Amino acid sequence: MIPAVAQQIWCVAALLGTTALAIASSRSRRSTALVYGATFAISLVALAGALFSLIARTGATELTLPIGLPWLGSHFRLDALAAFFLVVVNLGAAAASLYGLGYGSHESTPQRILPFFPAFLAGMNLVVLADDAFTYLLCWEFMSLASWALVMAHHREPDNARAGYVYLVMASFGTLALLLAFGLLSGAGGGYGFAAIRSAQHTPSEAALVLALMLLGAGSKAGLVPLHVWLPLAHPAAPSHVSALMSGVMTKVAIYGFIRVVFDLLGPPSWSAGVVVLILGGATAVIGILYALMENDLKRLLAYSTIENIGVIFTSLGLALAFQANGFGLAAALAFTAALFHVLNHSFFKSLLFFGAGAVLTSTGERDMEKLGGLIHRMPLTSFVFLVGCVAISALPPFNGFVSEWLIFQAVLQSPDLPQWVLKIMVPAVGALLALAAALAAACFVKAFGITFLGRARSPAAEAAGEVDRYSLAAMFSLAALCFLAGILPGLVIDALSPVAQAMIGHRMPVQANDPWLSIVPIEESRSSYNGLLVFAFITAAASLAVYFIHRFASRAIRRGPAWGCGFADPTPAAQYSGASFVQPIRRVFGTLVFQAREHVDMPAPGDLRPARFKVDMHDLVWERLYTPLTEAVWFLADRLNQLQFLTIRRYLSLVFATLVTLLLVLAIWS
Amino acid sequence: MVVISDIFVQLGQMALVLLLAPLLTGVVRKIKARLLRRRGPSIFQPYRDLLRLLRKEVVLAENASWLFRVTPYVTFAAIWVAAALVPTFASGLEFSWSADLIAIVALLGSARFFLALAGMDVGTSFGGIGSSREVMIAALAEPAMLLMVFCVALIAGSTQLSTVATFMASSEVGLRVSLGMAMIALIMVALAENARIPVDNPATHLELTMVHEAMILEYSGRHLAMIEFGAFLKLLLYISLIICVFFPWQITTEGAGPLSYLVSVAAYIFKLAVASLLLAVFETATAKMRVFRVPEFLGAALMLGLLGTLLRFVSRGF
Amino acid sequence: MHNLAFDIAHLLAGGLVLISFMMLYQDRLYALLNIFALHAAVLAASVAWQAFIQNAPHLYVTAAIALVFKAIVIPVALHRIIKQLGIHRDIETAVSIGPTMLAGMGLVALSMVLMLRVTGAADPLAREDLAFALSVVLLGLLVMVTRRNAVSQVVGFMSLENGLVLAATGAKGMPLVVEISVAFSILIAFIVIGVFLFRIRERFDTVDVGALDEFRGERR
Repeated sequence: MIPAVAQQIWCVAALLGTTALAIASSRSRRSTALVYGATFAISLVALAGALFSLIARTGATELTLPIGLPWLGSHFRLDALAAFFLVVVNLGAAAASLYGLGYGSHESTPQRILPFFPAFLAGMNLVVLADDAFTYLLCWEFMSLASWALVMAHHREPDNARAGYVYLVMASFGTLALLLAFGLLSGAGGGYGFAAIRSAQHTPSEAALVLALMLLGAGSKAGLVPLHVWLPLAHPAAPSHVSALMSGVMTKVAIYGFIRVVFDLLGPPSWSAGVVVLILGGATAVIGILYALMENDLKRLLAYSTIENIGVIFTSLGLALAFQANGFGLAAALAFTAALFHVLNHSFFKSLLFFGAGAVLTSTGERDMEKLGGLIHRMPLTSFVFLVGCVAISALPPFNGFVSEWLIFQAVLQSPDLPQWVLKIMVPAVGALLALAAALAAACFVKAFGITFLGRARSPAAEAAGEVDRYSLAAMFSLAALCFLAGILPGLVIDALSPVAQAMIGHRMPVQANDPWLSIVPIEESRSSYNGLLVFAFITAAASLAVYFIHRFASRAIRRGPAWGCGFADPTPAAQYSGASFVQPIRRVFGTLVFQAREHVDMPAPGDLRPARFKVDMHDLVWERLYTPLTEAVWFLADRLNQLQFLTIRRYLSLVFATLVTLLLVLAIWS
Repeated sequence: MVVISDIFVQLGQMALVLLLAPLLTGVVRKIKARLLRRRGPSIFQPYRDLLRLLRKEVVLAENASWLFRVTPYVTFAAIWVAAALVPTFASGLEFSWSADLIAIVALLGSARFFLALAGMDVGTSFGGIGSSREVMIAALAEPAMLLMVFCVALIAGSTQLSTVATFMASSEVGLRVSLGMAMIALIMVALAENARIPVDNPATHLELTMVHEAMILEYSGRHLAMIEFGAFLKLLLYISLIICVFFPWQITTEGAGPLSYLVSVAAYIFKLAVASLLLAVFETATAKMRVFRVPEFLGAALMLGLLGTLLRFVSRGF
Repeated sequence: MHNLAFDIAHLLAGGLVLISFMMLYQDRLYALLNIFALHAAVLAASVAWQAFIQNAPHLYVTAAIALVFKAIVIPVALHRIIKQLGIHRDIETAVSIGPTMLAGMGLVALSMVLMLRVTGAADPLAREDLAFALSVVLLGLLVMVTRRNAVSQVVGFMSLENGLVLAATGAKGMPLVVEISVAFSILIAFIVIGVFLFRIRERFDTVDVGALDEFRGERR
């Protein structure tokens, strides 16, 4: 019996082998089926292994490979936290591979995707498994580069090159921050192994600096505002199954990094860390979903909604930090479990939604929602699963999104016990932000589903759409089923997550499996409980009862006729409500503040035959206020430094000399 | 034995809300009419309307999809389940623990989600305008509602409605400014969610002012009946919620005799009558506001909820 | 009994904060004045209640002053001024309502955090009174900052002063002399500003204080 971590490493090796296979068989026509089939099988094996070690609580297993730094080797370790994130990664990977079996056949240049896809999967697995700083950073960079190559797969499309460029810059920046964080953690002694870091003592200022660097490094990969700018550019640019992986899974790997460092390696947190994370999380959630609402490109909308969910997860982690710092183990375990639950949920429904967007893209060639519509008639199955995803992500019962939001709200309600007044007052305010984000998310997905799938077709392409292939449907249906199951049986998920909370927090939520009727009880029953199964059963029973009575005793006659519409016949589908008009009320409420949106109406006088014009000005303040000045400063500096390239030899020598003297001076003063 | 009686109470509650809901709307309409010195339809008119709609055939728009036909039943079921979980006359409902106050809010959210989608299904501009405004209102009303839930839950130490009702009925609560604010916030949210004046006028069919009615414009026959019934139930639910959280006097707690059930049902109906009178007077005395004043109205509710939550910390001074 | 006394004092003080928020929300001048009158009336009730529970009869005088001057005389006078100036239809806020309310929320949170942390050992009644009073003062300042109209600025200033009175009565043992002087200083300030209003009006034909900036050449 080989240890669990070795199994996972073998799976990674198999994935890397698949990459080689993809390169070798790039001329073959069967390579698509071959590669995705292989990754599907490998991911399933890895998933089974990870799931087993999570549920059977096999304990941590370690492995050292003699590669990497000669005196260090590469350490790998599989503990409960890693096992949970491996489940997330490999589940997403299996679904994406299954989807890729169908979706990949529409690809015009498969040789640009196939080699990188298994490499990307291997990278994500390795990041989660890594157990020393060097291996971690190496794998992190490998993952970033593989995903960058996938973003650039369709490099001839306009905007994609820019997306790839921005992604590369932000990823390098993030890795730099991580590098500094790990440098600080391992200290001057160079204890790069995670075990050495864990046992080392960290001063409070050091811990604060590491937290800030982790928020920059992991936060930029996860998409925390204001480091999110690359995400809505890069995620949609990739092929849809890769978008699903990047949004649903790679952001989670970033969260894994954050949890690993802040909860595991850094030692006991301070409550002010919780404050920072809470504020960032709450702001990210609301701003992310507002951006999503304003978006009319289906895939970009989903990418922005990822930012919102990352904000929700970080808020919950911030709560966990605040409780943990004050020694409220149960409450911290509740918040932490809620965060992990949301990680799992988001990987389910975001992958599902990106698959749906990909299905729409293959069958219509359109990502712009304003050119879609009426797809529910032409793609009934896709629209059904997309609807499931929309309901789940909008945090509506009885699906899974609601359960994790509910747990987070329950954690928020534990806040009055906290001793710090700042936290006492701030946590309910952040709860209000979360509630606002959840309500806006529902609005956003009414728009996403309503404009794309309902109404009448707005373009010939949407008119001629057809259902997608069976592999894609199978992937989407299995994810939809998971969304549903996690929603009605949340107790099982919470129990499966308890070893992770136990390992990171030192406490766990009460065992849920013993509660009657499979309900979940975060603290005690008199305080709060929820039972998704019963709620679902009640709704089904009530609806069936209503249907039965009405169809049995009242009329069941149906006549089809033209739409009524208050008597106004509007023959053209262009007269329907569009995506932009749908969000106009919300834009007027929130947009004037957040986007400085201004509406200009140019209404010609009666008798004037000019067409009337309506124009909306919107500003992306993050770009304009933060990144534009930054890039300008960089340009300016680069321009100045450029002159250094045209000096005489004497000046170069004097520069070198001055540097040497300065360094010696610094040394003299320091020591 | 206790379980069986509890199940009976639960079933009785489900039947009671179903029976009372149209009556409540009928009474409100009647009082409003009397206030305007009209005679008004009988208080049983909503039942007749429902029966008439049920008997009619459904005229379905050519473009309507399965979602359009499923939505009336889904929304009705979600609202009914939510209404059945609010303690009206007895606090120890058998299944009240299966969903707490947050879950009830979310159930209503599900109902609205589907209704807003159905509004967009046929592809007319009226449906779109209704859905778009409805989600705008919901985007503010839902957080306001949740904040009010936070405020109440932080005071009562529970989001479980039965526990909240029992706690509020006990004497240890006292006068609290946070609770007052939460109540005003809840009333404001209830007005908005039930499409009452000043947020929306349920009696209008003027295209520029309607919100809820625009969404369901394409519905007819039994589908319309289900949606109307859902709306009646929703009004009853919100009034019951206000009663249950803020005025839970004479509510039967667990283990009381059958006589106390009678008393509490009578008390409940009395409270409903008072509430419908107040609602009718309020609606007659105010004018509907512009759609773009509604965010300010609901923003005020949101602020009240937040303020109540903040001031709660002062209330615990003693 | 003690509990009830606390509850009512708490309710009145909390009501004062709420009415301050209504002032922030209200952008019509007449309505603003009415709300201010309500503010003063609630203050009077709150002071009277403090007088009752503290057994401090001199506070009744303060309550009476608040009721007569601030709830009746000054609002009526301002009403007339507004009528004379013909600005009763003006609605103007320098900042829109949403952000103002948010800022107000933040100020209330701030004063809660500050006061409750600082006065941890004090008598709970005084403690919550101080927290509320600081919120009312800050909200009054916010009203002054967000309005351009001189009349609303006067109202904001007076509501700020109401907050001071609330703090003074809650703190137990503030002598009456100070009370009266504070009240009179406010009256004087009101008169001065009232005259000032007329002067602005004569010169520039508006009570928008922005006009003053323009006159000084500070265009915005």
